[in-house]
Amino acid sequence: MLTRRGLIAASAGLGIAADARAQGSTGPIRIATAGPMTGQYAAFGTQMRLGAEQAVADLNAAGGVLGRQLALEIGDDACDPRQAVSVANQLAGRGVRFVAGHFCSGSSIPASKVYAEEGVLQISPASTNPRFTDEGGWNTFRTCGRDDQQGQVAGAYIAKTFPGRKVAILHDNSAYGKGLADETKKALNAAGTTETLYAAYTPGERDYNAIVSRLKGAGVEVAYVGGYHTEAGLILRQAKEQGMNLTLIGGDALVTNEFWQITGATGEGTLMTFSSDPRKRATAAEVVQRFRAKNIDPEGYVLYTYAALQIWAQAAAKVNSTDPRRVAAALKAQGPWQTVLGPISFDAKGDVTVPDYVFYIWRNGSYAEI
Amino acid sequence: MAYALQQLINGISLGMIYGLIAVGYTMVYGIIGMINFAHGDVFMIGAFIALITALLLSAGGMLDGPAAILLMLLISMAFTAFYGWTMERVAYRPLRGSFRLAPLITAIGLSIVLQNYVQVSQGARVKPMEALLPGGIEVMRDGGFVVQLSFTQMLIIGVTLAVLAVFTLLVTRTPLGRAMRACEQDRKMAALLGIDTDRTISLTFVIGAALAAVAGTMYLLRYGVIDFYIGFLAGVKAFTAAVLGGIGSLPGAVLGGLLIGLIETFWSAYFSVQYKDVAAFSILVLTLIFLPTGLLGRQEVEKV
Repeated sequence: MLTRRGLIAASAGLGIAADARAQGSTGPIRIATAGPMTGQYAAFGTQMRLGAEQAVADLNAAGGVLGRQLALEIGDDACDPRQAVSVANQLAGRGVRFVAGHFCSGSSIPASKVYAEEGVLQISPASTNPRFTDEGGWNTFRTCGRDDQQGQVAGAYIAKTFPGRKVAILHDNSAYGKGLADETKKALNAAGTTETLYAAYTPGERDYNAIVSRLKGAGVEVAYVGGYHTEAGLILRQAKEQGMNLTLIGGDALVTNEFWQITGATGEGTLMTFSSDPRKRATAAEVVQRFRAKNIDPEGYVLYTYAALQIWAQAAAKVNSTDPRRVAAALKAQGPWQTVLGPISFDAKGDVTVPDYVFYIWRNGSYAEI
Repeated sequence: MAYALQQLINGISLGMIYGLIAVGYTMVYGIIGMINFAHGDVFMIGAFIALITALLLSAGGMLDGPAAILLMLLISMAFTAFYGWTMERVAYRPLRGSFRLAPLITAIGLSIVLQNYVQVSQGARVKPMEALLPGGIEVMRDGGFVVQLSFTQMLIIGVTLAVLAVFTLLVTRTPLGRAMRACEQDRKMAALLGIDTDRTISLTFVIGAALAAVAGTMYLLRYGVIDFYIGFLAGVKAFTAAVLGGIGSLPGAVLGGLLIGLIETFWSAYFSVQYKDVAAFSILVLTLIFLPTGLLGRQEVEKV
């Protein structure tokens, strides 16, 4: 018992020492990016690392932040909530003041509690679950959208594009799917359209013919599905098999080639919400060129991570301090911040004020922005 | 009316697949008094072999027409039957004569082994296949509502009825069927009369697995999406169907499968979709309270 207490004391002492060193006014400022650098989602972790490395290089080349250079740490959570907590503790122990991460919502949420206690600012480039900022403390921000913002965009779009048509809303009872469906319903109703049918289905099954016949019986022409691509694809396929002419609309979970493999040609014309491609924005042109010169395609979350670092650097310069609490307060109160994604402002929770969800459409086995 | 007819078609084609799997449960129970919990996973293996055959055929540019479907069916039945035989030889025969729970636990273990084997060898992600038989016929039109019967549904209903007819003939009219019925009634006496009981039990597993392969192939053609986990849910539903129809009774298994399919479909059609499983299982419980041996089950005669 004694030895263990001694160990804790020793490690705590080390933490303080490291912290003191980082807070000194001469050395580099330590910041970090954390995400799945290994494992099933390692592709996304790599995107975050590339974005952060480029941003640090660019900021340092421009003279650093507050006249000091930046030193980047990389944390690997493998999208595992437990590993995320230990990575968060490690990074805090090394005196990191700001983390651009994590990737998975399931990692970002528990890690944010550690960061809140240790006084670390967190901007996630990818975690879309509403709980991340809803439950988050003073320190949580994100440069991506929220799942419920997706629903607002979808609901407004359906009301505008399909006026007078019969709309059904289905969901799979998951946190993601039901959240999305409920927000879509709210936005749809606010726009004056009432859905003909609102129902849940059981995910993991293969036979959705009963619910499809129900849609057919109600004369539904447009169905919004809050759920993942497997079930949405099966519902569409079975609807076409029953001779329905149904337009399916879904969320970002449909943006995978597996959806088309399930539906085949019946997937033609399916709509879904997803972030607009940041590589095509005027504000990103110069940075994208710098990436391309190094033979890197800044796809997916590369630019979202780059933007997270830009925002932090600008806010730190504005308050003339790296103190995370002061930077966090500035992030919410001031702005907009000029980033590769365009100007970004945060609301009181730390979410971006203008969600950038747009509609994509499936055509001929691939999807494109409309 | 048209709506109810459409749901009836949906329910029957779903119930037929449950029925085909349920026959495998009921046969094995009839002959050795054991619930083969790995049977759902044998069905999953059947679906995977059919998919692999389809992929090979499409690589050779021969994936179309009834010949391709027949080939998928036959190859899947052959390989899955081999799995069934191996399963019995390796996991159940050594435990014959041991206490009652031993083979049951082996069955659960085998189910996990098969699932993990497919998960590791084929990957955990869902495997899609495009529709081989798209389209269907219009059965009836009522106002704006068109009742559609797809070619796949016709195929499922046709193949299931044909397979069950052949199977019934096999059990009632052939020497093998007679041996199976003898083993079911009294295995020791059958052995004394010169029946090779081990071989008969092996063949029961082989036939059960072949039927599961038919179900797996039909499932693949109908839904086009499979993964290593489909055997669990389908197995539970089919087991329920076997119990509802009266475990040990072959017509009971088919009847039970159809009933479960119809109850699920009609509950989803007129009430809440979320509670369809609750409805199906409530009816199972009610049936078992009033008919403890199921709908067509025989009263167990205590052997002295």
